[in-house]
Amino acid sequence: MGRFNVNNQYKAIVIGGSAGSFQGITKILSNLPDNFQLPIIMCLHRLKHVRNGFVEALSIKSIMEVTEPYDKQSVKRGKVYLAPANYHLSVELGQYFSLSTEEMVNNSRPSIDITLETCAYAYRQRLIGIILSGANKDGAMGMKRIKDRGGLTIAQDPAECMIDTMPKAAMALTEIDYTLKIEEIIQFLIELHKQYK
Amino acid sequence: MHMQDVEISDLRRLTKVILDEYDYDFTNYAMSSFRRRIQRILELYKFGNVNMLIKRLKEDREFFDEFISEVTVNVTEMFRDPSFWRELRDHIIPNILLNHNTISIWHAGCSSGEEVFSMAILLREMKMLDKAKIIATDIDTSILDRARRGAYPIKNMDLNEKNYIRFQGSGKLSDYYKEENGKAMLDPSLVENVSWRQHDLVKGIVFNKFDLILCRNVMIYFNQNLQNEVLKKLHESLFKYGYLVIGSKESLIWCEIANKFIVVNNEEKIYKKIKD
Ligand SMILES: C[S@@+](CC[C@H](N)C(=O)[O-])C[C@H]1O[C@@H](n2cnc3c(N)ncnc32)[C@H](O)[C@@H]1O
Repeated sequence: MGRFNVNNQYKAIVIGGSAGSFQGITKILSNLPDNFQLPIIMCLHRLKHVRNGFVEALSIKSIMEVTEPYDKQSVKRGKVYLAPANYHLSVELGQYFSLSTEEMVNNSRPSIDITLETCAYAYRQRLIGIILSGANKDGAMGMKRIKDRGGLTIAQDPAECMIDTMPKAAMALTEIDYTLKIEEIIQFLIELHKQYK
Repeated sequence: MHMQDVEISDLRRLTKVILDEYDYDFTNYAMSSFRRRIQRILELYKFGNVNMLIKRLKEDREFFDEFISEVTVNVTEMFRDPSFWRELRDHIIPNILLNHNTISIWHAGCSSGEEVFSMAILLREMKMLDKAKIIATDIDTSILDRARRGAYPIKNMDLNEKNYIRFQGSGKLSDYYKEENGKAMLDPSLVENVSWRQHDLVKGIVFNKFDLILCRNVMIYFNQNLQNEVLKKLHESLFKYGYLVIGSKESLIWCEIANKFIVVNNEEKIYKKIKD
């Protein structure tokens, strides 16, 4: 038995991050076990009008290729997806993506709340939500939705965060199952991966 | 946002009423964004639930215009995706003009008109504006009124300017507007030959043929079935070898009629009709 009480009920992982999360994200992506099964859907606050560069920067270190999904593209196992600049990223009930240019939410487009909430709706208890370092409250409501629908919630340990507003906001709003440092999040994902063999 | 209160069954009842009473069909709009729009309307008008919205729609026919205006997403920019506009200026439009003296353009889902003004500026800089026949349509009549006025909040012009600079236009964006009462008033002569019309891509008819259609960031609000239906209409509205442009994060590859188009520029989502 490992340290975490995990099983193979999960179908997807969704990650939200903002200021100070880039390093953590790259560390996670570069330490994923080979053949990691679950899709990873990421919504990270980013420069609005820089369409290119970011996904490449993440891909360089990542074990799995990182792509920005097209509208209505299906979510596939073993892929890492990143919300494109200036679009909100939703997951629909048939487990495919939808993009939208609606008004900003929490001053953000993409908004982490939107991605997390729609994932919670589409995956219910089969979802793991991870919230990382960030300077605003975007994502807190989304984490609550994940928890309310029976998913598993993880926040980056505020002590380790460059800016802890985001994980703290989530912790204030809902129950967080695990508060972990990036290293421990990696351990968690490795243990999770073992459940799928 | 509190989305838990709007259920799919609510949305089904709502879209049915709209279809029966008003002959607009939102059944196949993308669920996630449509749901947020309805949630937003409930909050905006302080309807406690979807039934109250349905009741209002049944009783108050004037409210329907407001509903359309709120349910659609109108966020837009001038010269959105500047590299696309460069491609249009440097390759696509010259290509069309190789074989024609004039060019007919349809902006399907033009919203408040920024895309249309961008096109007009581009064409004027190419000295081709006189040769263009532009039709700009949207489902939302009040956004079309705003488009016709061509008066945009000054605070939006920052972003528009930045896009224009990246587009590498031959002048300055401020050559094309003057400031009045906190608004940027676009030069009306840019759009004097534009025909603005209300048109619904879902239920509307194919009304003309074009050399170039822009339908960007409109079909992302539709599910895949509806995208297929609308794409058939767009295909029918193009001359053979005409161009279709969709949003930078949309794709034609899954659609039923993909084989009737070729990809001209994958990055900028420019397609060419090669089969009737
Ligand atoms: C996000 S705006 C796109 C504006 C512009 N093309 C751009 O890319 O910036 C989407 C527009 O599509 C319009 N729209 C939505 N459903 C439509 C329909 N069924 N028929 C025509 N227009 C529609 C909306 O009213 C809205 O103005």
